[in-house]
Amino acid sequence: MLSALLVMALIAIVLGAVLGFAAIKFRVEGDPLVDKIDAVLPQTQCGQCGFPGCKPYATALAAGEAEINLCPPGGEDGIHKLADLLGKEFKPFGGDTQPKAKSVAFIDETTCIGCTLCIQACPVDAIVGAAKQMHTIVAQECTGCELCLAPCPVDCISMIVHEETINTWKWKYPLFALRPTE
Amino acid sequence: MRTLYKFHGGVHPPTHKTLSTRTPIAPAALPSSLLIPFNQHVGNMSKPQVKAGDHVLKGQLIGMPEDGISSAIHASTSGTIAAIGMEVVAHASGLPDLCATLIPDGKETWITREGMDYRTSTNADVRSALRLAGVVGLGGAVFPSDTKLRTGRNKVKTLVLNGSECEPYITCDDMLMRERAEQIIRGAEIIRWALDADEILVGIEDNKPEAIAAMRLAAASSSDAIEVIAVPTLYPSGGAKQLIRILTGIEVASGIRSTEKGVQCFNVATALSVFRAIQFGEPLISRIVTVTGNVAQPQNFEVLIGTPVNQLVAQAGELPDTQHHIMGGPMMGVPLPNAQVSIVKATNCIIATSDALFPPPPPAMPCIRCTRCAEVCPIELQPQDLYWFAKSKELGKAQEFSLFDCIECGACSYVCPSHIPLVQYYRFAKGEIWAQEDTKKAANAARERHEFHQLRIEREKQEKAEKLAAKEKAALAAKAQAAAHAGEAASADVTNSEVQDKIQAAIDLAKQQATAAQPKNTEQLTPLQLAEIAEIEARRQHIRELAQSHVESSTEK
Repeated sequence: MLSALLVMALIAIVLGAVLGFAAIKFRVEGDPLVDKIDAVLPQTQCGQCGFPGCKPYATALAAGEAEINLCPPGGEDGIHKLADLLGKEFKPFGGDTQPKAKSVAFIDETTCIGCTLCIQACPVDAIVGAAKQMHTIVAQECTGCELCLAPCPVDCISMIVHEETINTWKWKYPLFALRPTE
Repeated sequence: MRTLYKFHGGVHPPTHKTLSTRTPIAPAALPSSLLIPFNQHVGNMSKPQVKAGDHVLKGQLIGMPEDGISSAIHASTSGTIAAIGMEVVAHASGLPDLCATLIPDGKETWITREGMDYRTSTNADVRSALRLAGVVGLGGAVFPSDTKLRTGRNKVKTLVLNGSECEPYITCDDMLMRERAEQIIRGAEIIRWALDADEILVGIEDNKPEAIAAMRLAAASSSDAIEVIAVPTLYPSGGAKQLIRILTGIEVASGIRSTEKGVQCFNVATALSVFRAIQFGEPLISRIVTVTGNVAQPQNFEVLIGTPVNQLVAQAGELPDTQHHIMGGPMMGVPLPNAQVSIVKATNCIIATSDALFPPPPPAMPCIRCTRCAEVCPIELQPQDLYWFAKSKELGKAQEFSLFDCIECGACSYVCPSHIPLVQYYRFAKGEIWAQEDTKKAANAARERHEFHQLRIEREKQEKAEKLAAKEKAALAAKAQAAAHAGEAASADVTNSEVQDKIQAAIDLAKQQATAAQPKNTEQLTPLQLAEIAEIEARRQHIRELAQSHVESSTEK
């Protein structure tokens, strides 16, 4: 009777020690779900979802505090991906939040007064300039978040929609009538 | 007799080749204007070297290759550059690209051409000569030939010369081999020399007996080990990997290049342009184009690059009921957006189509999973599964099923009893995957930059706080010191004046620095720029006044 108890207790202690060690040794830093969601988001850092960037939105999604249809730059595809990842139902964009065509900001350099307000607003440091010097956008790095539009005191920033070129063109999804049109 | 190997599948579409082989290659008439795109090859677009109004000579370089994989572009005839701008080009998209419009003067004045003796020069010399001569693969892939001649880690043992020309209707390589076999063999010798290959194998489909005979005759006089081999007619035996498989038995696996297996493949027409570029210093400004389909006299023309399609097909007697034009063959060709686009280096064939000749495809029916497509696929893919994934936009799955090994030969669509345009689905899926990869890359870059942005702001905040703390500490210490020395009034005066001096010196220094830090790019401005600056300053002043008056009016309220 006693030996049985001792054996059971010993097994419990050993297993407990192993589990405890494993918990420390293989601990996962951060929340892996947040990173997974963050990888799906378009990283425009535009804040249209109501959170101050893509990571905070991902954190809120992981905690179940936000809807999955708040990210217009991600498009409907993005909602589908989030729905798959979080095991939720697809939810279309509500009301006037609709995805826009991908665009890039452009500074009209004859109007710019060099106030640096847009530089401070840019979440990806894609604007070059200094106080009282002309500013310009590094088009390659611009995510098209439009955060620089509001702070500009002279409204010299406009958004230019990406035009399709021969190098960005892709074959369209084939559409064919299933029955002959007679 | 050499043992030949087989690739999987393949189809036998009606060839329609005899239509255009009845007459010899004819030189096409000089068009009234030429439209020469700067992007006719795989890789970076050539950089324009001329501007509107310039007079150019035949063969003059007008587009300089831009770093990495690229090739040069030349004026196809002498004349005047009328414009450089965006024009619709021979591309399935129908979108415009940068082109030079050349109005010929009719004199055909050549630049001074100078050949080179390749045997006394190096591989690098030959490659740079080919790059500047704009020589690219003329089989349809337009890959710059100089890049293919780069000798790397792998020793190339076999040079395969591709004369199969398996697509229906196309006969440009066939006619070229019949008429200019000697020059093709000379070109092959240059390529073999540059690659330091041991043997040359010429693969020609056995439905071109005249071409095989001509090539054998020409090869007999060569000092190199050249073997001209008749391969069974089977579409797509002209694919590089397929021909290599037939001739050598080597299976070039997914994701690796044939050079890693010791084989390099060139088209016969490319070999000829290599010969003309090295021997005579002649850039690639013309090519053989088959004009066939709904025309009175289907035949092959030697056409200047940049000739408009409508001016070319008119010379073959285009019939009035022609509706569209296809560039390439009926299996892999692309429909042209209009007949004003020009012949480019990739144009091996122009097919005029009419409803009688190419009836519109019957409506697509659902896939019945008969797997006839899998039986004919030369890459041994599962086209029915790829179609399934592409249709439902399961792109990851399509990629897992080796979508990117598909050569878009169209054999699957050809045999499909449900008439499903399978290749179009694969093209759509490929484009979509590339676009998604680009988006992913951009998103990762943006994430990195945003994280760095936040890190920077955090660091700046911390630095500011540290500075402030240090300042406060110093002020406290100074106060304590001042209190301790309160009694020593006499010396205090001295220190006070010393401090005043120091402050004054610091102010002076700051003023000097401020004047030194004025923008340095404002010297030597044109009067126009000065006027613009004055205007901007006036506008700023106006805005300041507006802001000031706004503030005043609001304070008055």
